[in-house]
Amino acid sequence: MHSFGYRANALLTFAVTILALMCTIGSLSDNLNTPSPSAQIEILNINWFQKQPHGNDEVSLTLNITADLQSLFTWNTKQLFIFVAAEYETPKNALNQVSLWDAIIPAKEFAKFSIHTSNKYRFIDQGHSLRGKEFNLTLHWHVMPKTGKMFANKIVMSGYRLPEDYR
Amino acid sequence: MGWIGESIESIKSLQIRQVLTQGVSLGMIVTSALIIWKALMCITGSESPVVVVLSGSMEPGFKRGDILFLHMSKDPIRAGEIVVFNVDGREIPIVHRVIKVHERQDTGEVEVLTKGDNNYGDDRLLYAQGQLWLKRQHIMGRAVGFLPYVGWVTIIMTEKPIIKYILIGALGLLVITSKD
Repeated sequence: MHSFGYRANALLTFAVTILALMCTIGSLSDNLNTPSPSAQIEILNINWFQKQPHGNDEVSLTLNITADLQSLFTWNTKQLFIFVAAEYETPKNALNQVSLWDAIIPAKEFAKFSIHTSNKYRFIDQGHSLRGKEFNLTLHWHVMPKTGKMFANKIVMSGYRLPEDYR
Repeated sequence: MGWIGESIESIKSLQIRQVLTQGVSLGMIVTSALIIWKALMCITGSESPVVVVLSGSMEPGFKRGDILFLHMSKDPIRAGEIVVFNVDGREIPIVHRVIKVHERQDTGEVEVLTKGDNNYGDDRLLYAQGQLWLKRQHIMGRAVGFLPYVGWVTIIMTEKPIIKYILIGALGLLVITSKD
């Protein structure tokens, strides 16, 4: 009855149960946090805007991104993955989301920042309907936990417009 | 040593009825594991509800040996989601982040482009030759939960099969020799 194997088994089962319980509680505690992130994105310059040889529009932007995401961090947060995407509608596509820039924020002290950058990924349309196009810029964040459930959300900023002509 | 001796003793003293009972209880363990797996498949809607991260392409978010829980709902796929996808001609599914989405006006079909957080460029090099976009049918699920390190068990077992056989053997022996 109280053999070595029996005791080892009981101990292991108990340890794993407690660990699983702690992970669950840690993940659930994320729900107690009510974050209040803020962000502004400004388009400083349209570097160039042209039609590629095979017909897709491509534009290069310079952005100024200011954000305060400190309130997203909890004790269960490993890192924050953030990215800025352009979102717009065209006659061909009901929704286009094109990621322009992204970053990993490893700790709370880096979560309040202001950065001046041109788009890291190419802003290419599927087609050639970017001229004079109104679009939204959205700052998305993805909270990657030490363990448990992942959270994601975004701030949508609207009212941006591309020029009427290629340049 | 007394423990091993005892075990051998108990194997020797097995009777046919006892063997049958042990066989049934072993079968119960195997089938209940299968039931749990299939139930998870039904709940999450994904053909593999749990995946192990095998590469470092999503570091530092996901490291090799971490476990991801997948969910496959009818919700449309959006930029920023971490999806698990299969590429034609590749056996091992890939876990990467969606960076571009184009959803058709008329059919509602989506075309997405993915990239690993730790990779320099996007995934077009990993896709089948000439493939520019992933479609809905390539995607097996999106990652919703994360558990570190646990996947090492399966990585070790697939890379060192001997350990797997030793483990199965030891567990089998334990079941056969256990006295209720």
